[in-house]
Amino acid sequence: MNIHEYQAKKLFENYSIPIPEGLVAATPQEATKIAAKYDFKVVVKAQVHAGGRGKAGGVKLLSSSNEIESFSSSLLGSNLVTAQTGKTGVPVNNVLVEKMYDIQREIYLAIVLDAFSKSIICVASEFGGVNIEEVAEQYPDKILTVHADPILGLQPYKLRLLAKKLNINSDLIRPFTALISNLYKLFCDKDCSMVEINPLVITHDNQLIALDAKINFDDDSLFRHKDLFDMRDKDQEDKRETRASESSINYVKLDGNVGCLVNGAGLAMATMDVISEGGATPANFLDIGGGADEDKVAEAMKIICSDPDVNKIFVNLFGGILRCDVAARGIVQASKETNIPPIVVRMLGTNADEGSQILLESSLDVKLIDNLDDARKEFSNS
Amino acid sequence: MSILVNSETKLVVQGITGREGSFHALRCKNYGTNVVAGVTPGQGGNTFEDTVPIFDTVEEAVSETGANTSLVFVPPAFAIEAISESIDAGIGTIACITEGVPILDSLKIYNYLQGKSSILVGPNCPGMISPTSNCKVGIMPASIHMPGRIGVVSRSGTLTYEAVGQLTKLGIGQSTCVGIGGDPITGTSFIDILDMFEKDDETDAVVLIGEIGGTKEQEAAEYIKSNFHKPIFGLVVGASAPKGKRMGHAGAIITGKSARAAEKIKALYSAGVEVISTTSHIGSTVKDSLNL
Repeated sequence: MNIHEYQAKKLFENYSIPIPEGLVAATPQEATKIAAKYDFKVVVKAQVHAGGRGKAGGVKLLSSSNEIESFSSSLLGSNLVTAQTGKTGVPVNNVLVEKMYDIQREIYLAIVLDAFSKSIICVASEFGGVNIEEVAEQYPDKILTVHADPILGLQPYKLRLLAKKLNINSDLIRPFTALISNLYKLFCDKDCSMVEINPLVITHDNQLIALDAKINFDDDSLFRHKDLFDMRDKDQEDKRETRASESSINYVKLDGNVGCLVNGAGLAMATMDVISEGGATPANFLDIGGGADEDKVAEAMKIICSDPDVNKIFVNLFGGILRCDVAARGIVQASKETNIPPIVVRMLGTNADEGSQILLESSLDVKLIDNLDDARKEFSNS
Repeated sequence: MSILVNSETKLVVQGITGREGSFHALRCKNYGTNVVAGVTPGQGGNTFEDTVPIFDTVEEAVSETGANTSLVFVPPAFAIEAISESIDAGIGTIACITEGVPILDSLKIYNYLQGKSSILVGPNCPGMISPTSNCKVGIMPASIHMPGRIGVVSRSGTLTYEAVGQLTKLGIGQSTCVGIGGDPITGTSFIDILDMFEKDDETDAVVLIGEIGGTKEQEAAEYIKSNFHKPIFGLVVGASAPKGKRMGHAGAIITGKSARAAEKIKALYSAGVEVISTTSHIGSTVKDSLNL
């Protein structure tokens, strides 16, 4: 789960991580009012769940009441399209208005879980405020990492060594190590999958401030963080993805027009690959999950069909816990409530023949195939 | 002798009275697995299917029945406890089917396992099956398997079934099939399983199925280069997946260059793995290459 920058900064504040002065606004009038406190020398930042806001024109340094009012009103209520959003973008319902600071230098800082070393690591770079992936590719030696020990955690001496490597002055060493220790505590307390400050700045008057804040939470841990769930902003999510998640269906919207209904994440990815190899493009990733019943399959089918881009569907099921006849009934059930485009069906495993038969006897436009080579041919010209 | 599970396997099912636990415990038993016990706290003294004794603790199950393998079906919030209970009871092989275990819990369990003699497969995995010894410790459909000499190891469940289905259809049997799980942190890696296959005299060749996300395939490639001497075939799925979107499995997300399918395929290829070009060619690639 993602949250907005202003929400992440609120959490930072709770963990004594220094953040800029400022407030979130939902109207241009509010934004101007907040800016007045800082003599209108502010940064106005669109609050969306996507990176690349700056390049997309969602962040601006401003210095007059008029500019703030007009920039805020251009953002609020509109959709921001960034390199990380789809072509429709994501709605801007709030802007964050923050005091402008004189910046001496920018640092990159993050806490992430590193699956390779099986540990939580702190990642830092003297190249802050830029795309860290590009830094990692061009200047791998400028990416510094500190591993947290499973028992000792991130010991401050390791962070002091990090500070030295980043050429941080002695007088800032204590606040710097405290900041990272607090960030690490936040990461562990809230089951984060990533906490990122890009950039962490040192101002001309020698303060450390988290100018930006990004937090991702581990979806699988949300059951023990009901408080975080209140921060979820469904407006930022794809409507179909939200609907699917309510039925425990793994659905991800993609750009193509072949809808996919599959059981199992690995097989679902393989199915997308086969469609792409044929020359068509998948409209979605969809894993119906283990042991789905008729209603769940029907809901999955309805979600796929609610995507106006879908003009063909590939149902690829390997029955195990999921029975193919149950899935077939679910598809027929969905057809009573929604228009289903032509379907290519491949069913294997538990009750596959019964499932295929049910679909053939229905009024649906169904083509049965039994191997993925045939699927590739089916999607060679759609 | 097959790897991980065999004729000496004595299985205890943790969460045997739950919906999933009871469903699969019965199917394991019907396949031929020696299911010796179940554990559900508060249900000790009862029996499952009138034959399998249920205990309150894994320790009792071990001391009363000699259980040496456990299959975990508990809800995600209890996985960390169920697995550590098995480790402490001296269970040698643990398969955790549970999907949705918090990643920091998996990290704790991973660290707890270090220096102990237990092997953990999963979480978020289909478990393992050895058709040669009629032993299934997992949730895979048994009927698609046939005894033989090919080992299968995969991050995915249904994709493993796809691979097995293709092999069986061509008359190529399997020694052991293992799903290591779709999470970023799992108890066993490809390397652990490959090492077992390397030493297993019932396995002649291996099919490895990877996917986008993380660096598990690259790690496997490093190992294979100098330590694996049997024919090995590799498939990596997810080439068509977009960056930054989680494809079902918690671990299947492209976060950087090395997480991409192409990078993984390159690493496997340069380690001497015969790359399977597409999912539909798993069986045929093995058949043609080994002249089976």
